[in-house]
Amino acid sequence: MNEFPRWKYALVAVALFFGFLYALPNLFPKEPAVQISANRGFTVDTALKEKVQGLLETQKVGFESIGIDGDRLLIRFPDTTVQAKGSDVLRGELGENYVVALNLASTVPHWLEAIYARSMPLGLDLQGGVHFLMEVDQKNVLEKQETHYSQEIVTIARDKKIPGVTASRGAQGIVAITRSAADRDRLAIELAKATPELQVSNGTSSDSGFSLIAKVSDAKVRELATNTIKQNLGTLRNRVNELGVSEPIIAQQGDSRIVVELPGVQDTAAAKKILGATATLEYRAVDTSIEAQSAASGGIVPADAKLYTRRGSGAPVLLKKKVIASGADLVSATAIPDQQSGTPSVSIKLGSQGAKRMLDFTMQNVGKPMAVVYTERIPDVKMVDGKEVRTSRIKEEVINVATIQGVFSSQFQTTGLESMKEANELALFLRAGSLAAPVDIVEERVIGPSLGQDNIRKGIIAVILGVTLVVIFVGLYYKLFGLIADAALLLNLVLLVAILSLFQATLTLPGIAGIVLTLGMAIDANVLICERIREELRNGSTPMAAISRGYDKAWATILDANVTHLIAAFGLMAFGSGPIKGFAITLAIGIVTSMFTSVMVTHVLVGLIFNGRRVKTLSV
Amino acid sequence: MELFKSETNFDFMAWRKPSLIISALLIILAIGIIFGRGLHYGLDFEGGAMIEVKYAQPAEIADVRNALATAGFENAIVQGLGTTTEYAIRIKPEDSAGVPAPEAVKPEPATPDAAKPEGDAAKAAADKAAADKAAAAAPATGISKAETDKIAVEVLAALKKTRADASVTRSDFVGSSVGEELREQGLVAVLFVILGIMVYLWLRFEWRFAVAAVASEIHDTLITVGIFALTGREFDLPALAAVLSVVGYSINDKVVVFDRVREIFRSSRKGEPYEILNRSINSTMSRTIMTGLTTSLAVGTLYFVGGPALENFGLIMLIGILIGTLSSVFFANPILLWLGVSKQDLMPRSKEDPELAARP
Repeated sequence: MNEFPRWKYALVAVALFFGFLYALPNLFPKEPAVQISANRGFTVDTALKEKVQGLLETQKVGFESIGIDGDRLLIRFPDTTVQAKGSDVLRGELGENYVVALNLASTVPHWLEAIYARSMPLGLDLQGGVHFLMEVDQKNVLEKQETHYSQEIVTIARDKKIPGVTASRGAQGIVAITRSAADRDRLAIELAKATPELQVSNGTSSDSGFSLIAKVSDAKVRELATNTIKQNLGTLRNRVNELGVSEPIIAQQGDSRIVVELPGVQDTAAAKKILGATATLEYRAVDTSIEAQSAASGGIVPADAKLYTRRGSGAPVLLKKKVIASGADLVSATAIPDQQSGTPSVSIKLGSQGAKRMLDFTMQNVGKPMAVVYTERIPDVKMVDGKEVRTSRIKEEVINVATIQGVFSSQFQTTGLESMKEANELALFLRAGSLAAPVDIVEERVIGPSLGQDNIRKGIIAVILGVTLVVIFVGLYYKLFGLIADAALLLNLVLLVAILSLFQATLTLPGIAGIVLTLGMAIDANVLICERIREELRNGSTPMAAISRGYDKAWATILDANVTHLIAAFGLMAFGSGPIKGFAITLAIGIVTSMFTSVMVTHVLVGLIFNGRRVKTLSV
Repeated sequence: MELFKSETNFDFMAWRKPSLIISALLIILAIGIIFGRGLHYGLDFEGGAMIEVKYAQPAEIADVRNALATAGFENAIVQGLGTTTEYAIRIKPEDSAGVPAPEAVKPEPATPDAAKPEGDAAKAAADKAAADKAAAAAPATGISKAETDKIAVEVLAALKKTRADASVTRSDFVGSSVGEELREQGLVAVLFVILGIMVYLWLRFEWRFAVAAVASEIHDTLITVGIFALTGREFDLPALAAVLSVVGYSINDKVVVFDRVREIFRSSRKGEPYEILNRSINSTMSRTIMTGLTTSLAVGTLYFVGGPALENFGLIMLIGILIGTLSSVFFANPILLWLGVSKQDLMPRSKEDPELAARP
């Protein structure tokens, strides 16, 4: 009655083994360390090691160990305050020849790391992380708008039959040149009607032309700035989420900056890789009026076009300046096999604004080629006269040229790609380029925990105390069955920690509270079982029958209660983001592991204890 | 060991009218408090000022925290910036409202650097214009440059009291870290959860159970948040997580009682709803109290011992466990009775002839 097939025992044993194995790394806390690597021309050797050791000893900075690890020197410190002190000392003394960086050194044995058993990274509240300040290039936004409006002005002039109007970006704004003063007045009136967000004033007049100066209004510029920040915030959030860094902080700071804080990382180089290159993309028409090759060699480029090169081959491509759709219009880009031909393709979806422009463009240009320009900005910081000078290199490349097969707007496919790998790469580039405006990392820092040591200690004590009280209470109240429930509870904790470690979920103090809560509620299943057994005993069942029926009847209730609870957790997981998602994941994993430990593990334990014995009374 | 009599026999259903009326009144009161008085949202949701300070000589982070706490900025978040001399301080505007700005720097709140000469009217006007512009540019964040600067001045004054070598290197406003989309997504999530639970209970039990459970969820959440709003504490991310956990705890509690209701309905001959609901509540009473106690033990220690980081989480859970337990007895089951739950509705249906299967 209370005996099980062998596989159940085996399952419990296997779960126990892997649970402990993968929870184990968390017992090896990461140590704050300072890593020193050499600049060109210098080496990390024992001489450096001795020098550093001497420096730290004379300055009375207590370190735990010092050793050469590959091509870097790693000094481990007891806590982050000493680590900061140590890095201050070393930075001052070692000078420009060495790079001194804060790091977190793993203490997990190699054999554990080899089977991907890693400890959970600690959150911003417990350990801090990397802080990036990113600046959105508002000037670039304005430039783009001015380019857009100068095209617009020419189009309006053509529509309204004002002859010979040219427009280009100038120092004070957009400068439109008309043939006569009368034309200029007419253009000003038409612009006021069509584009009220432009402030128009008369410029210089001469025989060669009458100029009209149009400026994008302050209100419009402000609106643009707010919108680009919002779009960039959203895109950065998605990027960080997509890369699985849990519990980051991504917030607006000032009116053109974005703060990104990533927990569990102290190595800024690695974190920068996560944020990736800042890039933008634009859909433009290919200028087919002259051969790109001859334009490249002869140097004659039409006024409304610009010469680009293909990524990889470096072949010249001549593109119109007018942007059909940009990264900000991009809603999604996914690589999928083409439904008709089965060849690799990328499915692209645009927002309503971009869709309208794409529709207008494709209606007139079926059969003509269209290209995607990918612009990457690589920020560069140089020291000039002791001051930091921030510049950025711009790399512009054409990543794709495709012929327009038909009229489309919001949804279309780029087909004819050589391989699925190429399709994936294009989709990745398109997604990476969907930032509304280029952002530069203007500052990077390692930050300490947001909670004081005192508060962290209080939190940890409360958590341990809470679990201990529950364990004691349940043990006293249900005696033997309570102790079995306690054993299951501790195993549940181990399994939960093991799974969270495998997922590399970030551990925060509220997250720990969530774990405690999950444990507190996991006891519910055992309470249900024990109460049922007591009921059955009161109704006159024999001990063994009471156990068997108690488990049977409680199971229906436990299943219903847990499934509804699980629905709640899944709902939060699917729609919540960031910290709420992390909490929901903990909850969901906890519910599943608790069903396993509270029901199956306890039943197996009960079976092992009572198997083959004739008992008259039950200790419950 | 048994803490309470195993076979209680209270007539809970007799109190159904007063208990439903009290519940309804509490819901209205809670809505009134939440929308009238409002929740005191934390830095996570509303954003605030970010001030970076630098000390000429190394300073301990605990000293920075203490200096701020003494000046009344208890909720300030202080983080080290990788060195022993630089710290970042995050503060919400209201936290500083009660602190009077020091006399010396009061006339010119627009510049963070207190050492700057005063009286340059043109400069002040320009600063004000810039501040207004910044405020106009960022209406969503709810804090202006002027406010940020005012806080920076106050923070500096607080720090200078203990350490004269402190200086402000930068002050800026930071937006919410949670983001606007969380509020929208949060709503969608709650609707999805309610819908999912309803569908499941509908399939496994019957529509009346689904309605009663969801009504109780709304009841529990509103009253818990209402009571929390009364305490005037800051509603932060852990608090939100706790509210969501209350939903989970409470649904768990209801389903256990509902399960017993279904079981007794199916096994009893008469199927008198009033009687059966009373028996269900009484026979699950010991488990209701036990689970309530164990969970309260866990979250209670978080509230009493956990310190500021876990207090809110513990408190909301304690309130939620109490309300959730009471509502299982005094709200969910009376609604079930009111909706007219019956034996026929709960008999397992056979595919060929549901009528026949329903007969005892």
